[in-house]
Amino acid sequence: MRGIDLTVRRGEVFGLLGPNGAGKTTTVEILEGYRARTGGEVSVLGYDPAKRQIELRKRIGIVLQSGGIYSHVTPREALEHWASFYPRPRDVEEVLRLSGLEAKADARARTLSGGQLRRLDFALALVGDPELIFLDEPTTGFDPAARRDAWETVRNLREGGKTILLTTHYLDEAQALADRVAIVKDGRVLAVGPPRELMAHPPAHTPGAARYTVAYRGANGERVERQTEDPTWLLNELTNAALEKGERLEELSVGRPTLEDVYLELTADA
Amino acid sequence: MPDAVALTWRQYRLERRMFWRNPSAAFFNFVLPLLFLVGGGAILSGNQDDLDKLVPAIAGMSVMSTTFTALAYNIVFLRERGVLKRIRGTPLPTGSYFGGVAANAVTNTALQIAIVVLAGRLFFGIGWPVHWGELVVFVLVGVVSFAALGVSFAHAIPNFESTAAYVNAVFLPVVFVSFYAFDTASAPAFVRGVADALPLKPLIEGLSGAIVTGSSLASNLGALAVIAGWGVVGGWLAVRGFSWEGRRG
Repeated sequence: MRGIDLTVRRGEVFGLLGPNGAGKTTTVEILEGYRARTGGEVSVLGYDPAKRQIELRKRIGIVLQSGGIYSHVTPREALEHWASFYPRPRDVEEVLRLSGLEAKADARARTLSGGQLRRLDFALALVGDPELIFLDEPTTGFDPAARRDAWETVRNLREGGKTILLTTHYLDEAQALADRVAIVKDGRVLAVGPPRELMAHPPAHTPGAARYTVAYRGANGERVERQTEDPTWLLNELTNAALEKGERLEELSVGRPTLEDVYLELTADA
Repeated sequence: MPDAVALTWRQYRLERRMFWRNPSAAFFNFVLPLLFLVGGGAILSGNQDDLDKLVPAIAGMSVMSTTFTALAYNIVFLRERGVLKRIRGTPLPTGSYFGGVAANAVTNTALQIAIVVLAGRLFFGIGWPVHWGELVVFVLVGVVSFAALGVSFAHAIPNFESTAAYVNAVFLPVVFVSFYAFDTASAPAFVRGVADALPLKPLIEGLSGAIVTGSSLASNLGALAVIAGWGVVGGWLAVRGFSWEGRRG
């Protein structure tokens, strides 16, 4: 870590993006109170997480990248136990239903599938009804349907007024869920902002990131791809030329710059 | 504070439930020492002098297996599986967590000592313990010391797969040396020296005094001091070296 200066606002979903080894988990573990920082200031809901006060831990929920559970406990028992740690827990039956674990509520944890265990991770983090939730790579290893479910859960939490700090290396996930993202690499913040804004106005040193991609198949059957900062002008030129010649622009598409373009430009090794 | 006490109780109840649901843990903790007792009793039956030594020796071994062995296994498993890390992220007070875990181990010890004492009374021609108070003192100090040693030993075990090898590499030699030195007055001085310095033989001597021979607590203070000394070292190492997470990579 070389100095990360970030503020996460109440009620937002904040995405921490970066390649493996960028310092995402280290950052989050300092905020969660698992690691001591070597310098700087950290405030989580007004507390210093390094002091590990119980009052703070009553107000946060953590979904670890790989957190285990007793082999012989059932989801219902685990949730009832976890709920007893918190002053105002959610209803266990409700959490079981929302996390899609009703059918497995009384099965031993060791008989659950990977996806079901991940749902239990979410359920255990949410049963205390925390206001701030840490999600460390929450959908890694999920199939597409489970991923959509997890996204839905995150959106519902946000609607319920929760604050969420999400780390991910899936750019579409950050783009779909986060109100703001920070792109980190080598323990440094390279860019911060809403995904839409980063795409529209990427940082100055990422010239390639802002370009739209216009693609079509020409009259000779060859596929053409052109990059532009202003698709209006290029489209006008292309369509005019095609109309004049009486040709069609087959498979015409305009690709917007994505968060991935910004990300790849930023994290590319110079 | 009542909150922390209530949470300790809840943790204890969860630990009990998990213990009984794990057949192999229940076996190694309960059945194995009892098999030693039954097997040893069958071989030695008719020789009261030998039976008088077997019962306190098995009682001492039970204290060690329910605390040292069981805790080393449990803590390595929970640490490597990420359960400890998850618990650390919750508001469960650390004291409540370890209170529940320790109370679970103590329950197993108490149950085993009860079974061994009962078996001594019913089948091995040994009366009820001569000094109940001395029995309680030695069991308590033994439990605390061996539990602390088990927790600190967990720190030396790098992964769950090697736990059995690490634990048995300590447990079996300690048991053999201690049993041998306790049983054979003519054991070589070197062996006796080692056994007297380790915590198990002093524990067996104390238990023998309390259950069988009636030698008083005052006459076993030296043994008690050795066990307590290990407890202090174990406690220091347990707290200092404790790791909530498995090693990465």
